Amino acid sequence: MNVETIDKIDDLELAKPAPAPAPSGIPSRSGIMDISMGPHHPSTHGVFRMDVQLEGERVVRLKPVLGYLHRNHEKIAENCNYLGSIPYTDRLDYLCSMTNNWAYALAVEKLAGTQVPDRAEYIRVIVGELTRLQNHAGVVGFLTQDMGAMGTPLMYAFREREKVLDLFEALSGARMMCNYMRFGGVRVDCSDEWLRATRQVISAFPRFLDEFEQLITGNEILMARTQGVGVLSRELAINAGATGVMLRATGVNYDIRKVDSYGVYGRFNFRVPLGEHGDVYDRYMLRVLEMRESLKILEQAIDGIPRGPIMDPKTKLRGLRPKPGEAYARIESPKGELGFYLISDGTPNPYRYRVRPPSFIHLTVLEDMCLGRNIADVVVTLGSIDIVMGEVDR
Amino acid sequence: MLGEGIIQGLAETARNFFGSFVEKDRLTTVQFPEERRELAEATRQYPFLLYDGADPEAGLRCVACQICEKECPPRCIYIEKSKDKKPDFIGKPQFYPAVFDIDVSVCMSCQICVEVCPFDAIRMDNEFELSTTDRFGGLLWPIATLAKPNEYYQSIHPTEAAETDERRAKELAEAQAKAAAKAATSVAQTPGAGE
Repeated sequence: MNVETIDKIDDLELAKPAPAPAPSGIPSRSGIMDISMGPHHPSTHGVFRMDVQLEGERVVRLKPVLGYLHRNHEKIAENCNYLGSIPYTDRLDYLCSMTNNWAYALAVEKLAGTQVPDRAEYIRVIVGELTRLQNHAGVVGFLTQDMGAMGTPLMYAFREREKVLDLFEALSGARMMCNYMRFGGVRVDCSDEWLRATRQVISAFPRFLDEFEQLITGNEILMARTQGVGVLSRELAINAGATGVMLRATGVNYDIRKVDSYGVYGRFNFRVPLGEHGDVYDRYMLRVLEMRESLKILEQAIDGIPRGPIMDPKTKLRGLRPKPGEAYARIESPKGELGFYLISDGTPNPYRYRVRPPSFIHLTVLEDMCLGRNIADVVVTLGSIDIVMGEVDR
Repeated sequence: MLGEGIIQGLAETARNFFGSFVEKDRLTTVQFPEERRELAEATRQYPFLLYDGADPEAGLRCVACQICEKECPPRCIYIEKSKDKKPDFIGKPQFYPAVFDIDVSVCMSCQICVEVCPFDAIRMDNEFELSTTDRFGGLLWPIATLAKPNEYYQSIHPTEAAETDERRAKELAEAQAKAAAKAATSVAQTPGAGE
């Protein structure tokens, strides 16, 4: 029995399609070389390692090696009560703590049957879209850094990102580990001054986007390094379970805010930008366009925010014991579909707590995007996936 | 034309470079230790314990109920309850913490202890320069390090502190009114006056 299984795995290994020919077309005479990229390589966006086999400069095999940032997140959460896991979710995708909180809060609300007041839903949309802005601004900045544009675009992007983080600090007390949302609402109310400051930031944001596009989008070096690089086919993207920008860059119209609307997203008028080629350039462009759409949502949300309570008065934060059952809630986080799966057995701790992180799933198609390309393209492709190791290793 | 995009980008860089001399929006950095930006009022770093009045021991609000110890996600709080009781701000006898330690090397600044505290005894500080040469003892804060006066709280989180003070003043007034009413009834209680 066992022997058979092992044979099958070997067969699978052999049945892999032969890598595409090298772009240069010059066959290498140096043979195969194994390179271990990471876990301390500056381009790997955290402690991520890739076992790369090279023929000359051409990648013939690439295996992602994970686990350097594993900290037992799911098991810790199973030993915590429902309230105590919220600060831990901040540390999953540590760039987007607000959306992590949101997904977790949605899952607990589904499990416990909690209703969320309207004002809290609007605040959630506002902070969620601000999170998307700051995440995408960071990603497009880092992408240029991966291509060798040392500093300038990244610094411009981070300058804008700081303004959003300042808003988070004024609202929740922390820049990155916000710990802001609660099942049944949000922790503190936002003041009118905060809303005014937010409006100021988002009205200044299009100027940054215009400038950034002027700086980068038409740049010939960027185009040469990204167009046709890291191509993910539509079929593979769907089969591998890719979501978010990775999937939409291949032209599949799938945005959870539209197809499985949560919160009050149904009330806002916005469009979902789609790519065509599924390459790095499309992913970069989609992020820029998504930021513009986020600004539209933000404007509508700030205009329409009602007054009222921010917490469901019936919610019990401490010692919540949902009825036995299970719930899965998902949101469109800046990186893709972020889902939380919870099983309750009636005790204050969840019986099972599982995170479906988007960047972990996107890493599984990294090899397919890199085979046959140069090793320098691996760095760019990885940068365009937008991984955060806190979420991949959990 | 090949290279047009690069030239456009360089023009953009130049605009940002020269703009940084005149526009506050383009140069957002400060020369840190000498020049400091004002912290947001909600900023939180690590918890501290509040006391009323001048004496940290007599005025400590904490009643050693150990809710924060139980709710703290990384379990960084250690409390030992006292054997005897001391009166709290409304005169009710309460326990007090004989030992209250916070290991700030474990604390993750999540503020859940503040949220769950029913006695307004623990709040978040905004002090962030905490480096020490003692890795273990220097980061394990006992009551002596943690206790800070209410005036300090009022100075770092004025809005929050005003709300808390108002609520506590109301509680005190209610307790005093109740005590006065009780005293009055006990005085007025004569046989035949009741039901």
